This record gives sequence, C-alpha cells and structure tokens, in this order.
Amino acid sequence: MPKGIDREGLRRMVAAGAQLVEVLPAEEYAEDHLPGAISIPLRHIDAEGAKVLDKDRAVIVNCWDSA
Amino acid sequence: MSPRAAWRLESLGFRDVYDYTVGKLDWLAAGLPTEGTNAQKPRAGALACLDVPTCRLDERLTEVRQRAQAGGWNAAVAVNEERVVFGLLRAKELAGAGEQLISVAMRPGPSTFRPYVLAEEMAKTMLDHKLESTVVTTSDGRLVGLLLQKDVVAAAGSKSA
Repeated sequence: MPKGIDREGLRRMVAAGAQLVEVLPAEEYAEDHLPGAISIPLRHIDAEGAKVLDKDRAVIVNCWDSA
Repeated sequence: MSPRAAWRLESLGFRDVYDYTVGKLDWLAAGLPTEGTNAQKPRAGALACLDVPTCRLDERLTEVRQRAQAGGWNAAVAVNEERVVFGLLRAKELAGAGEQLISVAMRPGPSTFRPYVLAEEMAKTMLDHKLESTVVTTSDGRLVGLLLQKDVVAAAGSKSA
C-alpha cells in the first residue's frame, strides 16, 4: 500500500536516494517541478514507462495536490 | 492523480512507493525552489515586503498607526502569535479613531495570495481589482508579506519588456 509523505519527509528521502516522479502532463512539468523530479505522466505509467525507475529504490510520486 | 500513480507503480512491482499528497502546491506555497521554465520568473513571495508592520487584535489603533508611520508605512497586518493573518489595515482603516481596538478597526478576512503566483498574474489581478496592496500568506494562512501593486507591476513589466 502506498504511504503518504510530507514535505520534510520527501526532502529527507530524496537526499537519501529516493526517486521523485511528477505524474502531471509533461507541459506542466516543463513549467515547474520539484528539484530532481523526473516526468512520467500518469497515462505513461506502465511497464514500459516505469523502466526508467529502479524497483529497488523508493519512489515518491507527486502532482499538484491530492485531487 | 498521484494516488492512482502510486497504486499503479505498486501494481508494476515497486515495493516502496510514497505519495506526496499535498504535492507541488505545498512545495510552491512554502517558497521552495523549483526547476523549469517558470523557475526564474518573479513571484509574489519574492516581491512581497517582508517588513510590513504587524499588530495584534487587542492593540489600540493609535499605537499601530504611530508604529506604521514611523516605518514609512500606510498599512499594517493584524496577526496572531503564529503570524496567522486576521485582518488588514490600509490607509483608510489606519485613519480611524485612535482608541479603537484593531479587532474593530481592521478589515477582517482580507483576500490573500500564495507566494508562488507569478508576478504577471498578480499584476493583472491587482490592476483589474484596483488593489494597491495585497497580503501574501502560506497555504496555512501565515503572513509572508505585503505585496505592493507598484512593485508587482514593475516586475511584470520588466519581465515582459
């Protein structure tokens, strides 16, 4: 089950090597994204799209908010 | 959107998945740096005057007016001990009867804007609504500063020039 994480937790985990993924459309990622985030829009999260991620490391996803 | 993404990643075999549920809005509202084409554009938080005078609800208007004027201000923001914004006093409110409590004299519940709003958007809003100044707060209502129309218009103008 995915776990929630707050801002400070995110910063700690990214500093420790977690992968940060923005799942918004690419245009919105291009305008503004968290430092170090990579773009995988929600519709591209499948076996092919997730190949850029390491399954052995933590992954944190974000969009605008919880909507 | 991110909850669905997190569950989808788990379905693909990722075992350690987290969801930053409050997302980019929370990050931007905290005034933290971003990357991207908007990253270097001026925003409300960077342009806001952080030294705007503040006051408490139980102060008398005369004291607050003196303090504001001594600092060259014609505005003050009413906050609590956590800097959560309760009201705004512009020139009109500051000119009221001096014995009034701030809780009575202030304009309660002023509209506020988040620090990440781009200067060009703020300039349009402030000009459209004829706002000489407006309060910038974090998403949990804490005061960042007072944004002056002249500052945001100048920043937006220099950006588009």
